[in-house]
Amino acid sequence: MIYSEQKPWSEITSYLSESESLFVLGCGGCAAASGSGGEEQVEELTHKLNRGGWTVTGSKVIEFLCNKGLVGIRLARISDKIESADSILGACCGIGIQAVGKIVDKQVHPANDTVSMGHFHGAWPSEETCERCGECLLEYTGGLCPLTVCTKGLLNGACGGSHEGECEVEPGRPCGWELIYDRLRDIDRLDLLTTYNDPKPREKYQKEPEMDQRHSLFWAIEAEEVEESD
Amino acid sequence: MTKFQDKILENELAVTCEAGPPKGTDIGELLEELDEIGYLVDAFNVTDQQSSVMRVGSLAVSHRIKETGHETVYQLTCRDRNRIALQSDLLSADVLGLENVLALTGDYTTLGDHPHAKPVFDLDSPQLLAVIRDLNDGVDMENNDLKGTTNLFPGAAVNPGADPVEPQVHKAKMKANLGAKFFQSQAVYDPRLFKEFMEKLREAKVEVPVLVGILPLKSPGMARFMNQNIAGAYVPEEVIDELDGSSDTLKKSLEICSRVINQTVGCCEGVHLMPMGWETHVPEILEKSGLA
Ligand code: SF4
Ligand code: SF4
Repeated sequence: MIYSEQKPWSEITSYLSESESLFVLGCGGCAAASGSGGEEQVEELTHKLNRGGWTVTGSKVIEFLCNKGLVGIRLARISDKIESADSILGACCGIGIQAVGKIVDKQVHPANDTVSMGHFHGAWPSEETCERCGECLLEYTGGLCPLTVCTKGLLNGACGGSHEGECEVEPGRPCGWELIYDRLRDIDRLDLLTTYNDPKPREKYQKEPEMDQRHSLFWAIEAEEVEESD
Repeated sequence: MTKFQDKILENELAVTCEAGPPKGTDIGELLEELDEIGYLVDAFNVTDQQSSVMRVGSLAVSHRIKETGHETVYQLTCRDRNRIALQSDLLSADVLGLENVLALTGDYTTLGDHPHAKPVFDLDSPQLLAVIRDLNDGVDMENNDLKGTTNLFPGAAVNPGADPVEPQVHKAKMKANLGAKFFQSQAVYDPRLFKEFMEKLREAKVEVPVLVGILPLKSPGMARFMNQNIAGAYVPEEVIDELDGSSDTLKKSLEICSRVINQTVGCCEGVHLMPMGWETHVPEILEKSGLA
């Protein structure tokens, strides 16, 4: 289980100045269980976007956005609606945003922040990784997480140590910031490279879950088991 | 205003020379060597446990060099210190009378002689520049007021040899926006590439003065080693061949340095020498380039 919360509306809209039309994606897995990416939230986001003057070309909640194979199949059926949108708004965890970004040739804006669940790391069938930093900045990095894709976890561009595309730390490992650069170039958003990202608030990383987060799917199941065995 | 700062702000050609603190407490020899060439340079640039090799700190050595009457650029990396330690060290630098600071991210820990160390990287170099700006304005990262502000002149690094180079240009622009007053470049061996980089910087409206990085190659083997092991350094094959084919490596190496200086100073604002043990040859390099 990966817990995510919706970002403030003003932050979401600040991502959308370059887009007139959007496709909204939700995730029926963890994000639905977190109350931040199910049918209800996707409908609400669509409504708010319409009211704000954006055209929503379509929306869909897919069972698990972290499963690229599944996402590919589901989106293929509605490719026209995806094609006609300038970009995509994803109501899901950081992994979902990264996974969709690998399938679709458009910018995928994160509507959610992925929040720490204490030391529980969750499980997902995906190569994309998220440190649950609590302030998702995938908007500025082309949907690649700088905290995990760059060895030093740098937030503001390459350290300059890479050689022929490989990270200075591990030969064979691609430089994460070069991947970010390539992706931003591909989606024509190199302008985002000069966005300065503030230092991360570390206290958000490993904090224990709030009580209301514990009611989400897996925590609830566990709590029930504990109660029953009492 | 110090001599180095004056030159940078007036866009006059500035010369800095790297000083590498030793592993251990015996810094007498280093101080002597530097003192001998001090008249030729505007500031000594003191490395912070370069290549992640544990050594005596740049703060202490910068201070000791300053005591001998020379200006310094105190290098500070994000590799080993979290934001509390970084801010505290910057305050300490000011208290010790240091004027200039170079904000660096730092090499990764596994590249040095303590590969088991925990890498910190709580901040990155642009964030460190923002911290210096704020401390100069009298507040820390949490917006608490300082009793006495710092007065530090911040600089940063650029890598003209990066491929692709565009991300470096974007990052340089970000650093300039965050208050970097000067840039020093990684070692340059290909003047053409450097010139192209400078053109791109100016096109991107980055007007911050740049010091071209000059590092003498002690042998063809060293050049190959750098290509394989030193982050951010790259020596073109033609230069290695040139060294290989020469009977007097020292002479050839110094000649390459002067050549690069001669061909680059026209498009930048100064020279940053990294003699790496060849401090005694600094006068020769500068004389050959008409800078001494
Ligand atoms: S920035 Fe990275 S670690 Fe933070 S929430 Fe987004 S994907 Fe996760
Ligand atoms: S080389 Fe690239 S991936 Fe490696 S630490 Fe530097 S910026 Fe990050």
